[in-house]
Amino acid sequence: MNPATTKTWDEFMEGVWRQNPVFVMVLGMCPTLAVTVSAVNALSMGLATLFVLVCSCGLVSMMRKIVPKEVRIAIYIVIIATFVTVVDYAIQAISLALYDALGAFIQLIVVNCIILGRAEAHAAKNPPLPAMVNATGMGIGFVIGLFALGAVREILGAGSLFGVSLFGPDFQPWVIMVLPPGGFFVLGGWLLLFSWIERRKQRRLTEATQNA
Amino acid sequence: MTKPANPPVVVSGCHPAPAGSASPPPQVTPTTAMIRTMGLVSAICGLIIVGAYQSTYDAVAANKRIATERAVFKVIPAAKSIVEYLALPAGGIEPRVGAGDTPIAPGAVKFFAAYDERGQLAGIAAEGAAKGYADTVRIMFGYSPSCQCVVGIGVVAMRETPGIGDKIITDKDFLANFKALDAKLSADLATLANEVKTVKHGTKANPWQIDAIAGATITSRAVGKAINDSAQALLPRLVPNLDKLASKS
Repeated sequence: MNPATTKTWDEFMEGVWRQNPVFVMVLGMCPTLAVTVSAVNALSMGLATLFVLVCSCGLVSMMRKIVPKEVRIAIYIVIIATFVTVVDYAIQAISLALYDALGAFIQLIVVNCIILGRAEAHAAKNPPLPAMVNATGMGIGFVIGLFALGAVREILGAGSLFGVSLFGPDFQPWVIMVLPPGGFFVLGGWLLLFSWIERRKQRRLTEATQNA
Repeated sequence: MTKPANPPVVVSGCHPAPAGSASPPPQVTPTTAMIRTMGLVSAICGLIIVGAYQSTYDAVAANKRIATERAVFKVIPAAKSIVEYLALPAGGIEPRVGAGDTPIAPGAVKFFAAYDERGQLAGIAAEGAAKGYADTVRIMFGYSPSCQCVVGIGVVAMRETPGIGDKIITDKDFLANFKALDAKLSADLATLANEVKTVKHGTKANPWQIDAIAGATITSRAVGKAINDSAQALLPRLVPNLDKLASKS
């Protein structure tokens, strides 16, 4: 891979893995805990956020030279709110049942700190293409995070995945997993797993340097 | 707002002077530039929103109509088409003109006349709402003019606890309450002869009572109250006018 591709790939993977918004930065916990009661809800919420993130970062980046710094936050919020409204209409057009299930959390994407954070920290300083690549990485990271929670919670709490029953009619669902406390349990479990992987990697690294 | 290049340091009273005045004053953007940029951004965003609204309007309206039809067909299985009506506060009914988000006259109650494939009245469906455990439970119920009873319910929207409150859509014993729930009017047609009421699990004695689900009493009660409130408002206006609805116009 030539250096330019490597850099783009790096920008992309930053959000997906190293700086994963859910598991590493622990951002956007409000939708993460609230809508991940099923895999479908989690996936659609993640995709809605991904769309808003990529579009608003693209537009913010295009306008970065003409936006006065005194009013930048106001302008970012207007841009983000616009794309949230677009997503809101799109979901209503696709499925009303999904719209009802996600409820106020679609509108609340406006105040998702991942999006404003990306606009301020990355898109405002970079040309459109890298900004959108970075935003896509972050967005996919968020989708993965939400899906990891939603899938586990649906399997344990309803005995199904994407609405397809997995264990047959005799399965007694672990209802607390689809209630708010279950969100915290599953998130805690995933954070534990990720920090364990991180620790192990660090230890291997130190051992490798000591041996060398 | 333009900041003065050098903020006055003379301070009267107890307010301390603002710190950081030692650093050189930051470059200041003229107000007009800010307004221009914000105006431009707002215009672009406005266009995007209008475009999204316009392009999804038909699909959203169709979705809402399909959702309503499905809810009605569920409570009146014989139905093949529906017509939306309003029951006016003065007595009388009229077909509702303009669907979707158009506001309805104050005090008017919305209901659906459902017709079978031959265009004969199959039943009446109406919505009811009452406070449940977590939030308002909105239900749709079917009313059969021939037996003067509620013949089925469906949930339009609820946020009840999964596995507990949401049993109202799965519990067979509970749903059996709505096979022929008595909703007869009193002799003067002003109110229901017997209030529809949810009673404690296992104590149902009369055809106008609903046997609650054990462990989900509050949600069960909400269903009963929603049916009762809606029927009390709707049926006295509807029943004298039933002949107008007999076949699809």
